Order: sequence, then C-alpha cells, then structure tokens
Amino acid sequence: MTFRKYLVLAGVTVFAAAGDSMLSHGMKQAGSISIHHLQSVVLAVLNPWVAAGIVLLLAFFASYMNALSWADLTYVLPATSLGYVLLALVAKFALHEQVSPLRWLGIALISGGVGFVAGGPALTAHAHEEIPAFARSAKDGAARGTAATAQGPIFHEEAEL
Amino acid sequence: MRHVYTWSGILVVVSFSVVGDILIARAMKQVGDVHAIVRRSGVWTVVGRVLSNSNFFLGVTAMAVAFFSLLFALSWGDVSLVAPAAASLTFIGNAFAAKIFLHEKVDQRRWIAALLVAAGVALLAG
Repeated sequence: MTFRKYLVLAGVTVFAAAGDSMLSHGMKQAGSISIHHLQSVVLAVLNPWVAAGIVLLLAFFASYMNALSWADLTYVLPATSLGYVLLALVAKFALHEQVSPLRWLGIALISGGVGFVAGGPALTAHAHEEIPAFARSAKDGAARGTAATAQGPIFHEEAEL
Repeated sequence: MRHVYTWSGILVVVSFSVVGDILIARAMKQVGDVHAIVRRSGVWTVVGRVLSNSNFFLGVTAMAVAFFSLLFALSWGDVSLVAPAAASLTFIGNAFAAKIFLHEKVDQRRWIAALLVAAGVALLAG
C-alpha cells in the first residue's frame, strides 16, 4: 500500500459521503419527483446542489473503480464504509443534529470492521493469474530496470495494444 | 402481504447491487492496476480499456437497475427498514459473491469486518 493508494481510498469515502449529502440537500429543495412528471427530473438536475452532488458521485465512481483495479472487493467495501461514519460526524458537528447512542454504536461497529480489514492484505485473489502477476512484474520492472518487464504477462499485455 | 412485497423488493435491490459490484470489480481486475498503466501508457489507455470491457457495462446496468428498484422498494416499504436492510445485506452478499465469483480469500478477518460493518450500517441508517 502506497500513500497514493490510501489517497484513492480516502477519495472513495469522502466523495461518496459529500456527493450523497449534496444530492439529498438538493433533492429536498427541488421537491418530489413522480414518474408522471419526468420533466421535473430535468429541473432537479439544474439545481446547483444536485449538479454538484452528481459531479462528486462521478468522482466517487472513478476512485471506486481505481481502487478495485488493485484491491479486493472485500477490502474496498469495508475500508470505504468509513463514509457512513463521516456522515454521522458531519451531522453531529457541522449540522448540530442529535446522534443517538444506537448510532454511536453503529459508528463503533463500522470503525471496528474497518480496523479488521485494514490490517490485512489488500489483494488476495488470483495470486498466480495475470493481474497481480502483471502488477508485480510492473513493480519489479520499475525496481530492476525495464528488462524484467519484457517477460511474463506484461509483455503479453503490451503486445495487445 | 405488504411485508412480502417489501422484502422481495429488498432482495431484488441487494441482488442487483451485488451483481453490479462483482461485475465492476471483475472488469477492473481485467483492466489491470490503473496506477501502473497510467505510469506506462497514460490515462487514455485506462479509459479505452474500461470502455471496451463488457463486464463494465453489464455492471453499470446492474447498478442502475438496483438504484431504480430501490426507488420502487422505498415506495412500498418504510425508509427506515428498506434503506438499512438493503445496504447491510449488500455487504454480506458481496462477501459471499466475492469469495465464489472473484475467488477472493475471504478469511476470518474479512468475515468479521463484513459482519461488523453490516451491523453498523443497519444501526446508523435505522
């Protein structure tokens, strides 16, 4: 795990939490949408909060996909569930909402779960197949010079391009 | 009868969310480590590989179906049941599906994490 990868996981967490809150704030201003008045969807998108929320959720999706390219799904999902904790803390300290004891318990459980996966490896799947081998040989290649990258899956990958 | 509708709605949402997450995860494993590819051949190579991956489009479609079925499920059942139930069951479903379909090593540590997070999400959203 490099600093850059932690930054991507933080991006997944923060973009999801901020995007969801902005979208929900905007949709409350825009009013309810019914299936019979689909033009109200277009009006809702013109609301700056909704638009900003959509942009942030796109950023979330990009960082989510980035994380999934080098880490397991069962690592990324718990690691980024800190977003729920973040939302509760924003509700408590920025919006001064009441956070019930049950919710604090929820925050504690999620944080505990995150602690459990964070101590383990990020990638376990396909240990002998092309992707981690490809990632490994790319890293080795960077460390030992480009000659190493001419062998193995990375060569195969580049031949495809 | 209303319970049956609500819970089948939740089940549909969870199924499509899990299918979407698994397909996107598989697509990104096929694309390869984004950081390494960007370093070697630039961002557009990543974009090209993602957009030419059929699992990516199937995954996005499944996520869209999950989103719209969530809207329907919310109109049948209470938000305080549907939203946390769907979110936390998706965590559990993903752990099973990742083990079966993505061959991830879901060890004790990850099971405990998935259960803790699922319980925590249920409490927070409830």
